[in-house]
Amino acid sequence: MPAVLELRRVSKHFASHAAVDDVSLSVETGAFYGLLGPSGCGKTTTLRMIAGFESATSGDVLLDGARINHLRPYQRPVSTVFQNYALFPHLTARGNVEFGLRQARTAADEMARRVGEVFDLVHLSGKEDRYPHQLSGGERQRVALARSLVLRPKLLLLDEPLSALDPNLRKQVRAELKALQRQVGITFVFVTHDQEEALSLSDEIAVMHAGRLEQAGSPEDLYVRPCTRFVASFLGEVNWVHGIGVRPESTHISRVAPGNGARLVRGTVERSTFLGNRLHIAARTESGETVVTEVARPDAGFHPGEQVYLWWQPQDELAGLR
Amino acid sequence: MSRLLGLYAAAAFAFLHLPLLVLAVFSFNESRFTVWTGFSLKWFDAAFRDAQLAEATWNSLLIAFAATLASTIIGTLCAYGLWKRSSRAVSGTLYLSLVTPEIVMGVSLLAFFQWLFRYVGMHLGMHTVIAAHTMFCIAYVVIVVSARLRSMDASLEEAALDLGATEWTTFRRVTLPLIFPAVAAAGLLAFTISFDDYVITSMVAGVDSETLPMVVYALARRGANPVVNAISTLIVVGLGVLIAVSSKLQETR
Amino acid sequence: MDRLRRAFLAPGVVTLSLLFVAPLAIILLYSFQSRGVYGGVAPEFTGDNYSRIADGLYGAIFLRTFVLAGVATVGCLLLGFPLALFISRAGKRRNLYLQLVMLPFWSSFLVRTYAWMVLLRDTGLINTALTGLGLIREPLPLLYNDGAVFVGLVYGYLPFVVLPLYATLERLDKSLTEAAADLGASPWQTLIRVIVPLCAPGFRAAAVLVFIPCLGAYLTPDLLGGGKTVMAGNLIQNQFTTARDWPFGSAVALVLMLLSLVLLVVWMRTQSEDAL
Repeated sequence: MPAVLELRRVSKHFASHAAVDDVSLSVETGAFYGLLGPSGCGKTTTLRMIAGFESATSGDVLLDGARINHLRPYQRPVSTVFQNYALFPHLTARGNVEFGLRQARTAADEMARRVGEVFDLVHLSGKEDRYPHQLSGGERQRVALARSLVLRPKLLLLDEPLSALDPNLRKQVRAELKALQRQVGITFVFVTHDQEEALSLSDEIAVMHAGRLEQAGSPEDLYVRPCTRFVASFLGEVNWVHGIGVRPESTHISRVAPGNGARLVRGTVERSTFLGNRLHIAARTESGETVVTEVARPDAGFHPGEQVYLWWQPQDELAGLR
Repeated sequence: MSRLLGLYAAAAFAFLHLPLLVLAVFSFNESRFTVWTGFSLKWFDAAFRDAQLAEATWNSLLIAFAATLASTIIGTLCAYGLWKRSSRAVSGTLYLSLVTPEIVMGVSLLAFFQWLFRYVGMHLGMHTVIAAHTMFCIAYVVIVVSARLRSMDASLEEAALDLGATEWTTFRRVTLPLIFPAVAAAGLLAFTISFDDYVITSMVAGVDSETLPMVVYALARRGANPVVNAISTLIVVGLGVLIAVSSKLQETR
Repeated sequence: MDRLRRAFLAPGVVTLSLLFVAPLAIILLYSFQSRGVYGGVAPEFTGDNYSRIADGLYGAIFLRTFVLAGVATVGCLLLGFPLALFISRAGKRRNLYLQLVMLPFWSSFLVRTYAWMVLLRDTGLINTALTGLGLIREPLPLLYNDGAVFVGLVYGYLPFVVLPLYATLERLDKSLTEAAADLGASPWQTLIRVIVPLCAPGFRAAAVLVFIPCLGAYLTPDLLGGGKTVMAGNLIQNQFTTARDWPFGSAVALVLMLLSLVLLVVWMRTQSEDAL
């Protein structure tokens, strides 16, 4: 499937630093694409360049193959859902959703139809005449989504879509967002610093760090075959032993040395945390590195101070990391 | 100590309010002297019947309306432009206009108009007063509107742009409605300042453009005059109401 | 985008240039010229006007202007600080008190000045009351002197100091006053040794804020001082009307303007944020 969005060597320089440095990526039509990274990595700036709120210092932003660098936000078939939703407080939910349609001088009956449809889509029918301050956080997000989706953009951009919500709402909203995207079939590009969010929502992820693109690929690709140390440790946890990285779920612990060709180190148990269905053990190797592992049997009973063997299979090592 | 402070505060408030209250009370005094002889509305009656006062009041209202309209529009646009990106030159000049003594502004405008009129056949009149008033009200409007803009969420404008509105449409349909109470408050403030002005007006007014403050000044200079008391009370109450409404509008919800 | 922003600023810039900057430029020009034969302006350039200001008579006027403005400023600070202190401790009624302070300020400067004429004149309220109570036989000359101007200035600008002083008091770390009390200081001692010193920057800012308009005062000395109290503002007005010496008046105006500008810069240094 062709790429609806492509960034070719895009950079954004400010006076003091380069917020985005030579980033190239492409987003397939209909994908749920995540820009993931710690704060300050340039992901939000990249999003804003796609939306048109920042202009790239160099490089090309292409939408359906056409260069859009010079287009103002209102000229782009791209719509943004802001982190704080940015609903117009002086308009009702309906007024907000109609805003873009009015700008495009849509006929009244078509407008009413499309507005009705989109309110159904986000499950907010009946609340059209409420003002933003009369809606809950989750409802406001749905109005923001409706406001953007009703315009049938080629691309929907979401800035930290879950960060403003209550933590206990997040899982539910995550599932709803995923279902919504499948339903409308529009390409979603979102920005987040939460790796769990990125892993569960995205079809593809681009990990950014200090303005540069570290790696782009499917969640599985990034997790199982990270190309850089940063990606390896940002997505999930890694045990670093003598420069080699191994995931905790591939790291095993035992009191006797296994014989099956596994690589091993010796260590001392530092602490053991009971987590209900499993035991989380941190052990310190002879060279001072901390290794974390999980044991499914909570009654295995590893105690601090015990001498243990930590081992893993060579094929589970994360190799070729820059 | 807090009792002492409370007593002091009462005295200070008395100091601040008594002069005007005394003035108001004596405007209802039957006698023209500062001895209370009875309640009377005759001074108000005399004020309303006075033709010169009527014309002066009419001039003041006209000037204030025109200057308010002009300064509110110019000032609001200016505040918005400064909010988008600050300009030290413009802000600095506005600050300077606030700090310039009125007499200095008055004489400089007089000099400017007289110089201008050498080339353009005009005289001092209502239009020069309106121009002068517009000028000194702008800074106040900018202050009030800027304060409201500062507390506005910038992402609302971005959202509007994102949804297809141009910059001008965004200002019209999103920003302006949201800052409107502050714009109205600024307008009321400008009206009050314009209506009350004496110093600058006296320098740039023509023979046909006498304002209420000018009449009051002339009467006050001549000596005790109970009609002035009555006019003063009306002015204070009228302007006081406008200011009260203005500050209510500036409260953030 | 920048074009649009310029469009928004354009009306303001045009108005300011035409009706503020240009007029000041003209009197700057005049200040270096001299009075023509018929009261107009002679084209030759000279620095005479400025040197005249330094000489005895006019120098005295500037000195008096400074002194009166200074004394009025001190008066405002002394009277205003306890009031600001009271309001900052008033709890829920704070905003009400602040509005009560500001209300007279915004009503009408002319009327407020006139009100003191009514109170202070020979047949005014104070004299009438004192005579009526038998305390005096002849009316006291309360009006048309420096004292009346002083009262008028303090009355006119007292609200101007209360707000910034109140703001400074509000920003004070309350735990400091609590610590002082904890260490045994009486409320009075806490005030003198902790609160007042900590408010020093606020005092400076408020002082400059009041000193500037007092320096440029015209209406107050004109109405309350009669012809006897001449401050710089009165001198300027006089030169542009009765004396018809526009060049000299311009020079005085510009000196006053320069003083105000310098004070404005000083005040801005005392602020950490911009209002515009």
